Amino acid sequence: MSRSLKKGPYIHYKLEKRVLDAQEQNKKTTIKTWSRASMISPDFVGQTIAVHNGNKFIPVYVTENMVGHKLGEFAPTRNFRGHAGQKDKGKK
Amino acid sequence: MARIAGIDLPKNKRGVIGLTYVYGIGRTLSSKILAKAGISEDKKVSEWNDDEQNAIRNIINDEYKVEGALRSEVQMNIKRLMDIGCYRGIRHRIGLPLRGQSTKNNARTRKGRKKTVANKKKATK
Repeated sequence: MSRSLKKGPYIHYKLEKRVLDAQEQNKKTTIKTWSRASMISPDFVGQTIAVHNGNKFIPVYVTENMVGHKLGEFAPTRNFRGHAGQKDKGKK
Repeated sequence: MARIAGIDLPKNKRGVIGLTYVYGIGRTLSSKILAKAGISEDKKVSEWNDDEQNAIRNIINDEYKVEGALRSEVQMNIKRLMDIGCYRGIRHRIGLPLRGQSTKNNARTRKGRKKTVANKKKATK
């Protein structure tokens, strides 16, 4: 089920303000955010955003291809290290 | 023999079914194409004359993306997901379902045939 077009994309208002400010002043600082549900708008391109994954902040450098995705898609919340006793032959 | 979009269609099937042998054409698109070309759906593939074949070919060429072009588009979309490193791209890379399905059991379409783990310890007690 996709979001109603009437509402427009969801971007946390404080995050949006900070990104626009940074874009205006051409600053390249990382912006920390917990707002994983925010959509990446075209204004974000070129910024680095540190997205919280529940444990720490994952720096995400936004490129043009990422527009339209949500920030959380780039900061995985689970870390699968393989099964116990599994040898490294799965890569074959 | 009717050759459309680089595919030999089966001779003795009805037109609607025959067209679905082309990658990217299913039943819906198939009937739309035939309706536009003004050919009965029940006419066998072998009974199409040259004019009818050309009409179908033109419609497919002009309006739809099929076979190689469609396949490469799909591959490009997958590659984009993998390159930007988003969740769906990562799942494509490791060959697991993308849309939040359970992977404790099943998910065999994505994971492939069952790989038996030798000496897997049974939970004791």
